[in-house]
Amino acid sequence: MMVRMLCLMVLCLAPAWVAAQDGPLRIEITEGVIEPLPVAIPDLVPEGAGAGDWGQRIARVVAEDLTGTGLFREIPSSAFISQVSSFAAPVQYADWKAINAQALVAGAVSVNGNQINVKFRLYDVFSGAELGDGLQLAGTTDGWRRIAHKMADVVYSRITGETGYFDSRVVFVSETGPKAERRKRLAIMDYDGANVQYLTGSESIVLAPRFSTTGDRVLYTSYETGFPRIYVLDVGSVQRRVLESQQGTMSFAPRFAPDGQTVVYSLTQGANTDIWSMNIGSGQSQRLTSTPAIETAPSFNPDGTQIVFESDRSGTQQLYVMPAGGGEAQRISFGEGRYGTPVWSPRGDLIAFTKQSKGRFHIGVMRTDGSEERLLTASFLDEGPTWSPNGRVIMFARETQGAAGRSTLYSVDITGRNLRPVRTPEGGSDPSWGPLQR
Amino acid sequence: MKLKSSILMICAALSVTACTDPARLGGAGGADDPFANGAGGVVPGSASDPASPAYFQQAVGDRVLFAVDQSTLSPEGRATLDGQAVWLLQNADYTAVIEGHADEQGTREYNLALGARRADAARAYLVSQGVQPGRLQVVSFGKERPIEVCSEEACYAKNRRAVTVLAGGLTS
Repeated sequence: MMVRMLCLMVLCLAPAWVAAQDGPLRIEITEGVIEPLPVAIPDLVPEGAGAGDWGQRIARVVAEDLTGTGLFREIPSSAFISQVSSFAAPVQYADWKAINAQALVAGAVSVNGNQINVKFRLYDVFSGAELGDGLQLAGTTDGWRRIAHKMADVVYSRITGETGYFDSRVVFVSETGPKAERRKRLAIMDYDGANVQYLTGSESIVLAPRFSTTGDRVLYTSYETGFPRIYVLDVGSVQRRVLESQQGTMSFAPRFAPDGQTVVYSLTQGANTDIWSMNIGSGQSQRLTSTPAIETAPSFNPDGTQIVFESDRSGTQQLYVMPAGGGEAQRISFGEGRYGTPVWSPRGDLIAFTKQSKGRFHIGVMRTDGSEERLLTASFLDEGPTWSPNGRVIMFARETQGAAGRSTLYSVDITGRNLRPVRTPEGGSDPSWGPLQR
Repeated sequence: MKLKSSILMICAALSVTACTDPARLGGAGGADDPFANGAGGVVPGSASDPASPAYFQQAVGDRVLFAVDQSTLSPEGRATLDGQAVWLLQNADYTAVIEGHADEQGTREYNLALGARRADAARAYLVSQGVQPGRLQVVSFGKERPIEVCSEEACYAKNRRAVTVLAGGLTS
C-alpha cells in the first residue's frame, strides 16, 4: 500500500554542480578500524504552513539511521555556525568546514493534507560540492519514517558505496512473560523497531518467521493444531494457510527459495528429522536428505542453486552445503564446538551461524567454504542470525540467564563492531530481515 | 508444582513395581493403609484411583528424563515406562501424546528435533511393551516449554524430558 504512495525521483532543478565522487567524502567499510565520519543534519526547512515540525522529525530519523551504523557521528545543531534557512540558498561551506562537518544533509519539507513532500541534497563539505543530485521523495504522512529511511539510504549509499538497508522491515517473534510461561506472537516492524504490528495472537506457540525474498509473504511454524506445522502468511492481507500437514509428522524450520515458489523445511517422522522441499503452488514435496541424523535449518544461496544446513551426522551439529535438489553434502564447519542455524548472506559471500563452544553461544560468519571463520558476539545465549539486505549487518536474539531471563533482538556489524539492542516494545526472538522496500 | 512433581518422580522411580499393581491401593490393603477400607476409600478420579489419569501421572510417573543431548532411555526411565505400559494396557480407553522437551542449551531447531528423538524413544519403548502404536502420538516442544527456569544443570536435568500426556478415557 505504502509502496505505491511513495516514489523516489530525481529533482530536475538540480544545478550543474560537479559531483565529487573522487573526493575525500568516502567511507571504506571494508577497512579494519573506522573513525566515524562527522555529518551535519540540520532540520529540514519547512516550506508552507502545513510543514509543522515534520522537518525536525525526519532529520532525527535520518540522524539515528546514520549514526546507528557506527560509521557516522552527528555534529549537534548547537555547534552550527550557519543555519540552513532556505533550500535554494547557497551552502556556506566555510561555516560547515569550521565545525569539521565532512558531510551536510540539507533539505526541505512541505505538507498538504496527508501528502508529504521532501527534497534534499547531500554536500561534500571539504570538496565544496554536492555529492550526487538532489532528490525528491513524496508520500503520505503515515509513511514519513520511510521517507526518512530512504533519505538516509541515499546518504549511506553515496558515502559508503554500499546499498543502504534502512527502508526495510523485520518479521520476528514478540515475547512476553517468564521463561516457563512465555507467550509468543508474530510481529513485523521497521528495521529500527518502529511501527510494530502483530500478525498473530499468542494462543499457541509460533516460531521462526521467515520473509520471502520480496517481503510479500512470511513462512512460520505454529502449534495451533497441537503439533508444529508450517504456515504461509500474506503480509498485506494477513491471510494464512497451512503448508505441510502430514499426520503423525512435525514440520518446522521453513525458508523460501529465492524464486518464492519453493520452500525448504524440516520434517520429523518418528525420531528422524530430514530436510524436504516443497513447491508452494502444487504442494508437491521431495525429500532432500536421508540420513538418520538431525538435519535442519536449511537456507538457500542467493541464486537458489545450493542449500546450507546443519546436521549431526558426524556426531555433533555441523554445517553442510548440498545442491538445491539434494545429493552429496560437503561439510564446511570444522572448528571446535557446535554449529547451527546457518544463513547465506544476500551477497552470497558469507554464511552466518550460531556457534556453541565451552558453554557460550556466539554469532559468527565464515566464507561459504568454511574458511575465515570469525565470531562476532559472545554471551550466555546468542542465536538465530539474519542478514540486512546489503549483507553488512546481522540481527539476532540474545537470551539472558536464569529465571528472569529475557530475549532481546540485537544487531551487529559483520566486522563485529557496533553491537546494539533493537528497541522493541516487548522481548523478541527469531528475527528475519526483509528486503529493501521499493 | 515443581517440588511436587520432582518428589513424585523420585517416588515413581523407586516404587515402580509396587505401583504397577493396581490392586495395591484399591484392593483390600493392609491395616495401616488409610485408604484401605475397601472400595469406598477410593475417590474416583483422584490419585488414589488406580484407573485415573492422576494416578498415572503421580503414582506411575508420567515422565522420563534424559542426559545432555541424548535420547537414550536410562534404566530408571525404562522402569517408569514399564509402569506406563502396564497402566495403558489395563486402561485401554486412553490414548496418549508423548511430549519431548529439551533444555535451553541449544539452538531452537535442533532442540525441536532432539525433543522428537526423546519422545520417539519413549513411544518405541511403550510399543515394545505391547501398547498399540495407534494409541500413541509424539510431539516435540524443543526448548519452548521448560518446567524449571534456572540456568543450571539442576533445572536443565528436569527439562530434558519426555512426558506421556493422557487423552480420551471414560471421564473425558
